[in-house]
Amino acid sequence: MPTHKRIDVSKVGDVTVVKFVDRKILDEAGIQELGAELFSLVEHDNRRSILVSFDNVDFLSSAALGKLITLDRKVKSVQGRLKMCNIRPEILEVFQITKLNKVFDIRGEEAEAISAF
Amino acid sequence: MSDQTSLGVWQLSIDLPSERGSNRQVTDELLTQLGTHGWPPADVFAVHLAVEEAIVNAIVHGNKLDASKKVHVECEVSADRVRVAIADEGPGFDPASVPDCTADERLEAPSGRGVMLMRSFMTSIEYNAAGNAVVLEKVRGPAES
Repeated sequence: MPTHKRIDVSKVGDVTVVKFVDRKILDEAGIQELGAELFSLVEHDNRRSILVSFDNVDFLSSAALGKLITLDRKVKSVQGRLKMCNIRPEILEVFQITKLNKVFDIRGEEAEAISAF
Repeated sequence: MSDQTSLGVWQLSIDLPSERGSNRQVTDELLTQLGTHGWPPADVFAVHLAVEEAIVNAIVHGNKLDASKKVHVECEVSADRVRVAIADEGPGFDPASVPDCTADERLEAPSGRGVMLMRSFMTSIEYNAAGNAVVLEKVRGPAES
């Protein structure tokens, strides 16, 4: 199991649950590391059912959105499934403004999201 | 740098170096002042996001991380209005030329959402003619409190 600096990774059944270590995802170096760690779940660890939980996250910048979009594409390219949950209203508004709520599979609570896989 | 408060209005004027992370010199204090002036968390999030995007744009796209160039920032916070002016030393850009990130063909592009988020989260944003300075304003109205 590789070690991660920016994410906590656990498994619930077949679903890989990813939580962010940082409450504010905004600095460029951290976002680059975050992206590399997320992508390695798909490309190195062959995870195919991934739930990204935002329950620790208070803030994220548009640069972080780019990493989530790339993750979504990588998961879809291997016929995997990516869902997101526990998103606070202000961040949900970011997804709605940018219409990323149409791209991402966004759920409410973690249990609901896991049961949807 | 100058930092002062008079008649309930906090003001800051600062030149930031064109390096990643220097925007924290402004955003940390700005967030504290918004809290001190009683702005609700949703508005604090909105201002934070818009100012973060604008200053990072100025550092990275405007000044292209050139150490010889500065980003000048002026902030003004009161109980019902926040104004942040950001100017870089780059050639500027035409904000109207930024493609619509919500168009179907752009929806999954990894970048290009900053300006739209600024417009959505602030009451107004205005660029100068050259496109290398922007003024962000948010008015705290009854519907937003």
